[in-house]
Amino acid sequence: MTHLKKILLGEQGLVVIFAVAFVIVSLAVPNFLSERNMLGLLQSVVTIGIIACTMMFCLASRDFDLSVGSTVAFSGMVAVMASNAMGSILLGLLAAVLCGAVVGAINGVVIARFRINALITTLATMQIVRGFALIASDGRAVGINDPSFYQLALSRFLGIPTPIWVMGLFFVVFGFVLNRTVFGKNTLAIGGNPEASRLAGVDVARIRIWIFALQGIVCAVAGVLLASRITSGQPNAATGLELSVISACVLGGVSLAGGRAAMTGVIVGVLIMGIAENVMNLLNIQAFYQYVVRGLILLLAVLLDNLRSVAGRQRV
Amino acid sequence: MQDFLEFRSISKGYPGVQALSDVSFAVRKGAVHGLMGENGAGKSTLIRVLSGDQSADEGEIRIDGEVQHYRSVRDAFHAGVIVIHQELQLVPELTVAENLWLGHFPGKGGVIDRRKLIGVVSQKLAEIGIEVDPTAKVASLSIGERQMVEIAKAVMLDARVIALDEPTSSLSSRESEILFALIDRLRANGTVILYVSHRLDEIFRLCDSLTVLRDGKLAAHHPDISKVTRDQIISEMVGREIANIWGWRGRSFGAERLRVENVAGPKLKVPLSFAVRRSEIVGFFGLIGAGRSEMARLVYGADARSQGSVSVDGAVVPADSPPKSIRAGIVLCPEDRKFDGIVQGRSIEENMTISSRRHFSRFGIINPKKESELADKFIAKLRVRTPSRRQDIVNLSGGNQQKVILGRWLSEEGIKVLIVDEPTRGIDVGAKSEIYEILYGLAEQGMAIVVISSELPEVMGIADRIIVMCEGRLAADMPRAEFDERRILAAALPDIKNSKDLPLTQVQ
Repeated sequence: MTHLKKILLGEQGLVVIFAVAFVIVSLAVPNFLSERNMLGLLQSVVTIGIIACTMMFCLASRDFDLSVGSTVAFSGMVAVMASNAMGSILLGLLAAVLCGAVVGAINGVVIARFRINALITTLATMQIVRGFALIASDGRAVGINDPSFYQLALSRFLGIPTPIWVMGLFFVVFGFVLNRTVFGKNTLAIGGNPEASRLAGVDVARIRIWIFALQGIVCAVAGVLLASRITSGQPNAATGLELSVISACVLGGVSLAGGRAAMTGVIVGVLIMGIAENVMNLLNIQAFYQYVVRGLILLLAVLLDNLRSVAGRQRV
Repeated sequence: MQDFLEFRSISKGYPGVQALSDVSFAVRKGAVHGLMGENGAGKSTLIRVLSGDQSADEGEIRIDGEVQHYRSVRDAFHAGVIVIHQELQLVPELTVAENLWLGHFPGKGGVIDRRKLIGVVSQKLAEIGIEVDPTAKVASLSIGERQMVEIAKAVMLDARVIALDEPTSSLSSRESEILFALIDRLRANGTVILYVSHRLDEIFRLCDSLTVLRDGKLAAHHPDISKVTRDQIISEMVGREIANIWGWRGRSFGAERLRVENVAGPKLKVPLSFAVRRSEIVGFFGLIGAGRSEMARLVYGADARSQGSVSVDGAVVPADSPPKSIRAGIVLCPEDRKFDGIVQGRSIEENMTISSRRHFSRFGIINPKKESELADKFIAKLRVRTPSRRQDIVNLSGGNQQKVILGRWLSEEGIKVLIVDEPTRGIDVGAKSEIYEILYGLAEQGMAIVVISSELPEVMGIADRIIVMCEGRLAADMPRAEFDERRILAAALPDIKNSKDLPLTQVQ
């Protein structure tokens, strides 16, 4: 019993739970393990997975970002409209990334320099940016003139769709950034103790601004891929995305109190979210029930996290 | 009159320090009893034991002859013992009346009886002569008025013993007078007041009797304060035995390294100036609240300066941020290790290399091998006791955490000025000596070192020069040859500056 407890509450507890769940689901649910279903599953978590990379930094530094869903919709919209207007997909993509970066940087400056609570700031920008997306499109979906825009999401490399490669690349890059760069270590230090970090010479405000700016850029990438997949710019795309992303991070063991985060955990968190949804679809469970199940999973994850930190304190 | 409040053989130890040993004394009913002693003499611990916040290892407290067995602050309330701390325990957004009733609002079925709420409070306030509007929000009151409200709260709870911890430290002299008048009225009602203060004037103005603590032991008990003199009390407060754990050795000083000129900030209004030479260790002594840490934070740029300049080796340091100070060669080990020093939840390695990462990284990418080599080097050099550099820093003892924070700065090259604030607080004797050795070693390499400490023997033991601060000003500055316990303490105490038999070196 104590051995089991040790495994579940240890550093790798979540990975163990994930592995066990994966095996059970593979055996119990027909068609789950098919290549087609696996790729579909990964496709379905691309948006969450990509944004979770930077949300992890945001949470690890004790911040919070609710504006990601709106930024995804807005930058997808910008990509489509700019491509149409300028006749160049490349320029459209650049415009989208720029818009994402600006939204993120504004969040960062308001939060870090003017010291406004992150929850409030991003709650405000979440609505403002969603408003921009609606205004720009007059509330309607905007189609794409150049069909090669679809190729962003449809193209495959070695049989695997490009968005999945992009997500994988982001996992690798941001995992490296978190563990092996000054930026990543300083992010964790800020989350662990902001004042101590400041006194140790870390430029706390600058790093927080960079985290939000990166978050904006990453949202733009996700927004472009999403627009390409749904073949249009949708002003109402990605509503409620921020909560799914934060759930995935928390599931992955990122502490809301800051200072604790791991890329592997976040990947597992993202996959758990994807698998739960996928399995429920395969089993034809009505969509309404899926909300309940997702909420329960999140609640369980947080309880587990709490047990883990209590166990950690007892060891001290 | 008979003894009402009795302490009998109270002892209390913390890891590494015996805070109280065998303290016994008694206070008569209706007496205001003074409690004095240097920083760390055991006053706060005694108050904590009295308040039920912590329980004594040995001994007992008796009130009106009855042994008290309380284990929590709540139990102490019920026994009629209330301690009023320096940080007041009121809810600012509630009214005075609501604060006084907090925890046991009058009324039925959860609906508050507003008439009783305000009526009883008005009556009580009038009874003890406090002029405060019961319907005013606490946030709108001055500090002095809030203190009155705290005392009124104690009276409402039928307190038999009220302990006041440095009540006048943030009051104006007029507010203090109002407080003294209130204390006089409480005394007339038979309440026992335990009055902790550093201010001798107040002690003589208010108290009937006095106890002096030193190193956790009873240094003197005076049942009648009219039979003691100020000088006698000061002598009783000092005169600790100094064990030879300092290991101080003479050094020759070089040119001036740190120059602080007319520096002031929001919390330190009077401009301060001083200088430290190469290889010199300057000790800053003062009572808690004298402004030493504020001075350190201003010099380091952790808080914004409103005026003045700091220069290192003749070059002016930009005023506004720690990173710039570090580049100029000034570093600070903060007073509060837990809140300002360590990064909880991260490893020893990360805590040690946080300030110097740029030295072993390229394009922002850390070379992990160099990072761990550096951490291992300083773990060995500073003798940090840990199984691994990957250990979470919260698992270390205070002394080892302090070494890690020192190591943080040693791994940074080109440090010229080191400011350490309370380097050995909460650290056992063995680790203390090791930290002193590290400081001497750094001084020998030419660093200018500022050590802030509340422990007089420590400052006298390790410093080459002592600057005394009192109420935000520099009160004295003396070289090692002139160190004298009584003179230093006299300069640190707020209200005996003009005492003729204690000549002081005044700093401009």
